[in-house]
Order: sequence, then C-alpha cells, then structure tokens
Amino acid sequence: MAAGIALKPMTRGAVEESTGQRTEAADQEFSAVVQAHRLQIFRFLLASTRDIDLAETLTQECFLKAHRNWSSFRGDSSAMTWLMRIAINLEKDHWRNRRMQFWRHTRTNSVDLDEASEWLPSGERSAEQQMLAREQVGHVWKAVEGLSGRQRTVFLLRYVEDQELSEIAQATGLSEGTVKAHLSRALGKVRAHLRGKP
Amino acid sequence: MSMGAKFENEDRGLGVDAELGEALKNFRSNVHAWSEAEYGRARQVKTVHELSWRVAAGWALGCVLAAGSVTGILYERHHQLELQKTAAAEQAARQQKLEAEQRASKEDEDLLAKVDSDVSREVPSAMEPLAQLMSENEAQ
Repeated sequence: MAAGIALKPMTRGAVEESTGQRTEAADQEFSAVVQAHRLQIFRFLLASTRDIDLAETLTQECFLKAHRNWSSFRGDSSAMTWLMRIAINLEKDHWRNRRMQFWRHTRTNSVDLDEASEWLPSGERSAEQQMLAREQVGHVWKAVEGLSGRQRTVFLLRYVEDQELSEIAQATGLSEGTVKAHLSRALGKVRAHLRGKP
Repeated sequence: MSMGAKFENEDRGLGVDAELGEALKNFRSNVHAWSEAEYGRARQVKTVHELSWRVAAGWALGCVLAAGSVTGILYERHHQLELQKTAAAEQAARQQKLEAEQRASKEDEDLLAKVDSDVSREVPSAMEPLAQLMSENEAQ
C-alpha cells in the first residue's frame, strides 16, 4: 500500500528552526498521519493478536511512540512503513515480555476463530456462497494461528494490508528474499489447511 | 485497492491458484470488515469507565501499601528506640553496680590499711612492758 500522505522530510533541526510555528505545523502533520493510518495499524494488530483490547492498546502505544519520535522521522520510508515497523516491534516486545508469558498461553481475550470468521460483507452472494466463504476464512484463520511470528507478520502485511514486498522488507527489517521465503511457507500452510491437510 | 490486480504476477510466482486467491480475498474482506466494525464501535465510554475504575483501585491499593509501609517503618523505629533505651538503662545499671562494688572494695581496702597501720603503730609500745618483763626474767 502506498504511503497515504506525502510528507516533507522532518528533521530535528528543521523543527527547532522556528519553534512556535514549526512545532504547530509538525503537530498538525502528525495529526493527519494519525487520522490516515490509525485504522490500518489497528487492523494489522487486530489480525495479529485477535485481541480487540490488546490491539487498541498497542495501537495507542504505537502512535504515542511515533509522536515522541516524530521529530527524528526523516522520511526515508513512508510514514505508514515507519508506523508499521513500530507496531511490529511493539507486538514483538509484548509477546517477548516474560511477564506476559502467562497471557500468551491462555489468550483469554482472544476472539474465537469461528467468531472472527463471522465478519464478511454480504455483497451479492447467495447464502451458500456466504457459508463457503466463511468456511474458507475459518481455514485461513486456523492456518494463520499456526504460523510463526515472522510468517504471520509477512502474510498479513501482504494479504490484508496489500503491501509490496519492498515495503514489507522495510517494515520488518528483512531482505526481500527472506520476505518472499516466509510468504511462500505461509502460503503453503494456508493451502494445506484449505485442502484439509494441515 | 484490489490486491488481485496489484500482485497478480507475483502471486502467480508464489503459486497462488484460483482457490487460494479466492480464500485470501475472503480473508482480507473478513479482517477489513471486522476491524472497521471494532474500530467504529463506541468503546470510548467503556474504556474510560474501566480506566477510571482501575485507576481508583490502583490508587486505593497504593495508598494502603504506602500507609502499611509508613506504619511498619514507624513501628520498627519505635521498637528500635525502645531497645536502645532498655540497652542504655541496663548499661547504666551495670555501671552503677560496678562503681558500687569498686567503692565497697576500696572502703574495705582502706579499712584494712588503717587497721594495719594502727596495729603496727600501737603493738610495739603496748608490748614494751611485756618485753621488759621478759628481759628481767631472763636476767634472773
């Protein structure tokens, strides 16, 4: 997915040049970034964790962290890629945190796979098509649950957030080749689930 | 944006066939619909209530812990002072007893010395007649 908002490179020096107006401008720019990308970040975190409260908390943390570091954002990558990188790191830290190990195993707040699969726009489908689609989605969710952290991240960025391989590579800090390899393995698992041979 | 058109070639390279492509499309729609529904849901009030309740509980617990800690510290300090007072009193009593013993012992020593000096001064003169008598008897 493209950046969404075109941003001028924002360096600390530029912000400090004339603090009053510049800071206000930076705040406005950041507000626009939040408005443009908040849903995407929330969606990625929701799909990664299947936990609504956790996804919201991590989204807030992501934008808080982004706001704190906004002045050091140089615009080397798009704002979306930068935010996504923060979100991925926050999610990783969350699960890595030893205090959270208990929650990792119980996942009491996680939405049930069947419940998650319920959400489908009806469109112009027949009831039978709807049921079939729901079944497919259920299989994909099961496959996603069995993916490793990196495979899941790469898979979701590609097939939920529609990101290009280069963008995924930037957001995850992996090479494009590695991203492709993770994606291929993830797709293999999804395919196996769809064929009933997980 | 439709992912089908955007990544068609790359997906073909990754072995995404029609069935898998359809499933991925449905999955994408599912996640988008779910996240939009949750994102749009008015959960702010609930969050604020939960947050305020949690903050209040946190403050209450914090206050109880702080009060407990302060009480514990004060009790410990009081206990230490009491112990110090008792130790000081015991020390003073021991000192007094020692001084009394020393005084008594010195008095005894003084008395003995006085008796000794009295005896050494008086006995020779008291024994003079006896000594004279003894020397007369010897002469006879």
